[in-house]
Amino acid sequence: MATRQTQSLARLMRAPAIILLLIWMIVPLGMTLYYSFLNYNLLNPAGTSWAGWFNYVYFYTDPAFMESIKNTLILVLGVLAITVIGGIAIAMLIDKPIYGQGIVRILTISPFFVMPPVAALIWKNMIMHPSYGVFADLARFLGVSPIDWFAQYPLLSIIIIVSWQWLPFATLILLTSLQSLDGEQVEAAEMDGAGAVSRFIYLVLPHMARAMTVVILIQTIFLLGVYAEILVTTNGGPGNSSTNLTYLIYRAARLNFDVGGAAAGGIIAVILANFVAIFLMRAVGKNLD
Amino acid sequence: MARAVSTRIKIGYTVAAWTVALIIFFPILYTVITSLKTEQAAISGFDLWPSFSLESYRDVQSQYNYFKPFMNSVILSLGSTALALAVAIPAAWAMAFSPTKHTKDILMWMLSTKMMPAVAVLVPIYLIFLRTGLMDTRIGLTVMLMLINLPIVVWMLYTYFREIPGEILEAARMDGATLKDEIIHVLTPMAIPGIASTVLLNIILAWNEAFWTIQLTTTNAAPLSAFIASFSSPQGLFWAKLSAASTLAIAPILIMGWFSQKQLVRGLTFGAVK
Repeated sequence: MATRQTQSLARLMRAPAIILLLIWMIVPLGMTLYYSFLNYNLLNPAGTSWAGWFNYVYFYTDPAFMESIKNTLILVLGVLAITVIGGIAIAMLIDKPIYGQGIVRILTISPFFVMPPVAALIWKNMIMHPSYGVFADLARFLGVSPIDWFAQYPLLSIIIIVSWQWLPFATLILLTSLQSLDGEQVEAAEMDGAGAVSRFIYLVLPHMARAMTVVILIQTIFLLGVYAEILVTTNGGPGNSSTNLTYLIYRAARLNFDVGGAAAGGIIAVILANFVAIFLMRAVGKNLD
Repeated sequence: MARAVSTRIKIGYTVAAWTVALIIFFPILYTVITSLKTEQAAISGFDLWPSFSLESYRDVQSQYNYFKPFMNSVILSLGSTALALAVAIPAAWAMAFSPTKHTKDILMWMLSTKMMPAVAVLVPIYLIFLRTGLMDTRIGLTVMLMLINLPIVVWMLYTYFREIPGEILEAARMDGATLKDEIIHVLTPMAIPGIASTVLLNIILAWNEAFWTIQLTTTNAAPLSAFIASFSSPQGLFWAKLSAASTLAIAPILIMGWFSQKQLVRGLTFGAVK
């Protein structure tokens, strides 16, 4: 159907988007790669010199680096566990016949639309504050002493906040998938005497598998980049106990002005994200055929 | 879903679902209530009854010039969306209606640019912004937001455009429609719902973006996400004001989000879940 003329027109129409994204991908990443081999500190730009692998060795042998990798993994896995399991449970509950389903849905997905700094500050001040927060009020009401969340359990606190933000996403995607489950199939299984548990394991879970995969992969991409929540609550502390890789690189770049070190850190962030991306691309790519 | 369920079971599910929903929504509700309290009432213990004081709303405007970051958020999210559409509509259009054997690869590659961790390019982008004078300017940030959301916009538009049946075009062509007629009278009306959904999702994403807005602004171009983040330490205990600022920052997007649940699923999963 496409003539040569429409084909060249199509090429012209595609070009701006492709060129823009090409520049956006190649130029900054190329610069990061180049900087990662330089001794380059913004406080002393005149002393810039070739560093070889020094930045990599320095960044990767820093104990803070290993800790940040550990924290990144705990954060990502913790949030994934909470949001996927919680999301399945809530999606199944909302899918049941209930009064006011529309409103329940709206209330449940709302946290997703709260921008990260606001979400973090609400939790930090009004929910988890050791003396004035709702949790502290609740603890006093129950007769136990309130917890100083961000001092005692900094990483857990951030996991809770980030989970609150992403639980709606998981719920919404899983609910959408659940609603496309064939009701007759479920009824047939029920008539054949399949109990609720086996219906869940053999019917519901396999049906949601694809949606679950997508939820896990997309969330992982975003969770690797958690930043604002840490910035406004713990600032990565106490020590490095709530510093993830993103925050560590941010600190190297913006607070230590260490361009070379931050760039070397950035390269490993790219490699980490690529692992996830390859799987995500496969899952999404299937949909194109 | 026509199965009869006894009322008692339905009430049981209803109570459980509402309890969960209210717990999840509680932090937002409590913020709105606190924003309507006076500063003293805000920290005097748990209380769901607001004093219906608008004092804190007045204060965030008079003390922090709230209107400025708010307008920056509006300009940045609308501006970056318009820019993204201008680039993405032709591209998605071409890929949907004149696909080549590389179209799929191009789409996948575009998606892959979205996977690049922002922090990996923090240093070069920061230095480019510093040296070109783009730091803390609305134009710089608008372009930035456009670039980070462009892959999603192209993808979403592509999946919508692809649903427009090609036969309609052929029929119009048989009737002697020119390319211009085709675009204006046939395709545009059919494409508008998809474009509207894309706009909605992109505004939400741009409004809530917090990494680049915090890195690349100070005062002049700072939108709400950067402005609120700066509330973190010094104003820590002015909860009523913080709540008022937060309520105003999330309200527009919250309402838009309620109306775009379906599009959200589609946009954020790149069409993998519909």
